[in-house]
Amino acid sequence: MSASVLFDSPGPRGRRTIAILNGVGVLLALVVVGLALWKFGQEGQLEASRWTSLLTSNAWTNYFLPGLRSTLLAALFAVVLALAFGLAFGLGRLAPYRVVRMFAGAVVEFFRAVPVLIMMIALWLGLGYAKVSFIPSTRVPLVAVVVALMLYNGSIIAELVRSGVHGLPRGQREAAASIGMTHNQSLAYVQLPQALLAMLPSLVSQFVIILKDSALGYIITFNEFLQLSRQFGAANGNMLQALVLCAVVFIVINWLLTKLADWVARRLSSHTSGRTAPRTPLPVQRAADEAAGP
Amino acid sequence: MNLFEQAWYLITTYNVPGSFWVNIQLTFWAGLGALVIGTVMGLMRVAPVSSLQWLGTSYVTLFRNMPLTVIMLLGIQAIWGQLKITLASDFYLNFFVYAALGLALYHAAFVCEAVRSGINTVPLGQAEAARAIGLSFLPAARIVLLPQAFRGAIAPLGNVLIALIKNSTVAAAASVATETSSVMKTMIDQNGNSVVLIFLLFAIGYVILVVPVGVVTTALSRRLAVAR
Repeated sequence: MSASVLFDSPGPRGRRTIAILNGVGVLLALVVVGLALWKFGQEGQLEASRWTSLLTSNAWTNYFLPGLRSTLLAALFAVVLALAFGLAFGLGRLAPYRVVRMFAGAVVEFFRAVPVLIMMIALWLGLGYAKVSFIPSTRVPLVAVVVALMLYNGSIIAELVRSGVHGLPRGQREAAASIGMTHNQSLAYVQLPQALLAMLPSLVSQFVIILKDSALGYIITFNEFLQLSRQFGAANGNMLQALVLCAVVFIVINWLLTKLADWVARRLSSHTSGRTAPRTPLPVQRAADEAAGP
Repeated sequence: MNLFEQAWYLITTYNVPGSFWVNIQLTFWAGLGALVIGTVMGLMRVAPVSSLQWLGTSYVTLFRNMPLTVIMLLGIQAIWGQLKITLASDFYLNFFVYAALGLALYHAAFVCEAVRSGINTVPLGQAEAARAIGLSFLPAARIVLLPQAFRGAIAPLGNVLIALIKNSTVAAAASVATETSSVMKTMIDQNGNSVVLIFLLFAIGYVILVVPVGVVTTALSRRLAVAR
């Protein structure tokens, strides 16, 4: 089906309307681009030197590459720690003991409701005052970014683990029970392996969210990609161009990761009875499963 | 001072409720903007017009993959700072409007996806049945298809609203100094010995704001779910 459910295949009149609307769409795009270029030109933002300085080796070796490195490093640390946190608390929510379930549930709900930036600022200033001996003061922003991202994304991953196990067909648990497996055995050998495999694509989309949120580190003076792009722009008088480059790099990386998530989902769907389709990388994924339905 | 006296002192001295009010206002205006832009984009993406589809898809790809902090800085440092476009005559209101606009543009991409997924939950048979009883495009959309699509979009729209409430703190990057994360920073700067208490004040504030929204939208989407 090419069009959506809303539209019937068009007749001659419909095709004419579509052609006209097509022209309107193209015109609209041209007007937007034209207006932007006109304003750029008026404020002298189109001068070649402002753009070519983005391509010098000074820009990349001293600003963009170190920034990108810190961003990716923080995101990698955060995703590994979040995975551990998510597994621990996701299993906690599946535990056969009510106290453990409630504790894990409360922790997950709390960290999902608190804005990441609030956690980051509190950790950054808190660690600064506490003067923890094993964290050098230059590393405090990095630690604050990583820990805040771990707490938030770990809670999301905990939910993914829980909903992944609950989302498996009931027959899987019943089959395990019928061959004499206990609750824990069935979880360990039948349900979790399939749920974790089904989670992989969502995990890749979660990495997109972590990358995007790592830019919040700019606010707490972490020297990540956005911070250094801004510094480059300030030093060379081309703030607009530096920020545009920063945005483009983020968009390309995240777009590629989203494609990767789709590809992984297609490859994995034959290895598990869980749903592998990655969710849209929403900043919050509350009750996404209930919404999507079986 | 015991703990409660200290908490009361902090809340009243720094006008914590006022800072939450700023975030609620940001959420309201940005949510309104995101709903309008996102619905238009969503309709463009499902329309059988290739150029409009392309525009909608490009919008979502651009804004969904860009960090919100980058959008805020592009607004304040590039569009306001370099292109000298002012959105409000009042100096502080200008920052607020930029922040609300940035939030609206970012979350519109997610609203667009919610609208589209809502429309996609409607089975093709519904549209065929509507045409079979003689309804033309507008009546079919109004009476049969859109009511079902809207119900399917409630849960994802609820998610966007929750994200928006929390992300309104990123307005700090657009120099809005009266919102919660900036006020919290000032409070910790001046009361270094009660970091945990200050953090908990704001954290509990957000739990109180966010959890009911989740409960209500989940309950609504269950209640209004179309039985199929």
